[in-house]
Amino acid sequence: MRKILIVVERARGALDETAFEMLSAARGLGEITVAAVLMGEDLGEPAAELARWFDEVHTFDDPRLGQPDGDFQARLLAPFVRREQPLVTLVPHTNTGMELAPMLAARVDAPLIADAVTLEVAGDGVRAVRTVLAGKVQASVSATGGPCGVLLTVRPGAFTLPDVPPEAAGTVHAEAIPDDPAPRRRFVETVAPDPGAVDISQAEVLVAVGRGIEDEENLDEVRSLAEAMGAELACTRPVVDKKWLEKSRQVGTSGVTVKPRVYLALGISGSFQHMGGIKGGPFIAAINKDPAAPIFDVADVGVVGDILDLVPLLEKKIRGRKA
Amino acid sequence: MEIIVCIKRVPDVSEIEVELDRERRSIVATDLDYDVNEWDNFAIEAAVRLKETRGARVTAMTVGDEDSEEVLRRALAMGADDAVHLMDPEFEGSDAWGIATILHHAIADRPHDLVLTGAISADQARGQVGGMLAAMLDIPMIALATDLSVEDGTATVRHEVEGGLERVEQVDLPALLTVQTGMNEPRYVSIRGIRKVARTEIPVLTAAELGLDPATIGAGAVRVSEEGLSLPTRGEGAEILSGNDDEVIAGLVERLHQQGGF
Ligand SMILES: Cc1cc2nc3c(=O)[nH]c(=O)nc-3n(C[C@H](O)[C@H](O)[C@H](O)COP(=O)(O)OP(=O)(O)OC[C@H]3O[C@@H](n4cnc5c(N)ncnc54)[C@H](O)[C@@H]3O)c2cc1C
Ligand SMILES: Nc1ncnc2c1ncn2[C@@H]1O[C@H](COP(=O)(O)O)[C@@H](O)[C@H]1O
Repeated sequence: MRKILIVVERARGALDETAFEMLSAARGLGEITVAAVLMGEDLGEPAAELARWFDEVHTFDDPRLGQPDGDFQARLLAPFVRREQPLVTLVPHTNTGMELAPMLAARVDAPLIADAVTLEVAGDGVRAVRTVLAGKVQASVSATGGPCGVLLTVRPGAFTLPDVPPEAAGTVHAEAIPDDPAPRRRFVETVAPDPGAVDISQAEVLVAVGRGIEDEENLDEVRSLAEAMGAELACTRPVVDKKWLEKSRQVGTSGVTVKPRVYLALGISGSFQHMGGIKGGPFIAAINKDPAAPIFDVADVGVVGDILDLVPLLEKKIRGRKA
Repeated sequence: MEIIVCIKRVPDVSEIEVELDRERRSIVATDLDYDVNEWDNFAIEAAVRLKETRGARVTAMTVGDEDSEEVLRRALAMGADDAVHLMDPEFEGSDAWGIATILHHAIADRPHDLVLTGAISADQARGQVGGMLAAMLDIPMIALATDLSVEDGTATVRHEVEGGLERVEQVDLPALLTVQTGMNEPRYVSIRGIRKVARTEIPVLTAAELGLDPATIGAGAVRVSEEGLSLPTRGEGAEILSGNDDEVIAGLVERLHQQGGF
């Protein structure tokens, strides 16, 4: 029986949910051995936890793996993947997964499908759906691998978590780590977030603004709207890239995770990296001048229009209603 | 120091109603604006800043058709010293593997201390070419760089890692970095700036000149094949409010109020 390898990510020591989401994806493929691949330092505990879920757990336990280093990981895993000859290797489509997967794919000479949101077996290979063109188009793609199978990075949140641990009683295999390859990157420091920065993670109502605001000056309108609503101001990455708002207001996978009651999205297209930072299923309202903006697929209520016209009007009506 | 920046011309679809052709194989590309991939623009700026602060020769490269020349000219206008246009009908339809293979052949035999790519291309959204290219060149790679300095053959790189954190690492050159947006503030390119480099010679290299076996690149050699495209089903999403501005905003205020938005 062929195997599926799942590369497990940990953030701040804890097992990332993506490991279990990918497990769901793999179990959906039928009778198949699902093996977790865990790299890091002092892996006893997380390996034992993973063994409750996975048929096999392969640990690479080494101080040199204490900080994830996709370059080192790819060179370390390549011989392992060649030995295991999996049908599929799943890697989370996260910052560290996006770093590892292309290097690993090139080293084991296997096709790589990026950012898959579905997964099925098709003939000797696999088929998956992924989004292209800023989330506006879905592409169905397929790949058939050689001895090392096919690699996929899987979008976080695309598969639901399994609810009960199946008590898989998996076996744990400590993999030997040779001296060669050696890491080629040197860790200097982790950058701590600025402790004095505004904290939007606890806000109950967020008014979020995206690139649609067009100009820094137009932010004043949005600020007064937020003030009228008693809401905190949030934004997308491009607004931070332009230095119009602080990084601590950026919602998303490379920003802050928020769990508000209400989220008002203004001039935001709705990329998965942005929406990935919004948890807890808030009520989402969106104003966007593009009726085909992906934000309207996930929002509860939408207005197709120009925020530069509508935001002042919205503020006026809200102030009127409150008075 | 020799810096190579890999750039790509991409369509901007952010405000476009995308339509598919009849075979559902590609989008109907009318009225599309094209520009350099957002991430690649930060990469060019990073390279040019290194050139200005510590001296370097910057070469911009793209794999693409005739129209792609405009992003090379743009890079020259920003301060790149040279541009190389990798163009051949055989290249058409290449997937990430094919693009990385072509770039590998173009880069391997020329000096390269630092290779920069964007983290991801806006149209394909794969984020694969950089990592594959690094593995093919067998040089170390760091993804999602947000800050960069180089001293004595060593790059110090801040980059985005798991859980929304950032980490600083060092790597000896040669190395490849994929650049994340926000690393710098890319300079403005004026029409005059473009005009100044209008005559700069941009060599074109073909598959034969790169010593590439056509069987390893192009549409016939893709490892990941696109079976078809579809548009997300509409209607399951938001309730779209209709009416004039006053009416839709009144409706929005009502709903925000019901949900405890203010
Ligand atoms: C590794 C990685 C991590 C990332 N992390 C994050 C993250 O944490 N957070 C994040 O936000 N992004 C993140 N991104 C970027 C993300 O992919 C998108 O590029 C970004 O979210 C887009 O922001 P936007 O919606 O503001 O801009 P766009 O996608 O450009 O959308 C702008 C929208 O505004 C609309 N618009 C324009 N003018 C008007 C107007 N006058 N009135 C109304 N609507 C208007 C347009 O129709 C469009 O839909 C990340 C990307 C990568 C590769
Ligand atoms: N056709 C191309 N020519 C040159 N560089 C490219 C090309 N396609 C992708 N790249 C580079 O690879 C990066 C990632 O692209 P992708 O893997 O397609 O998401 C881009 O930001 C570019 O730097």
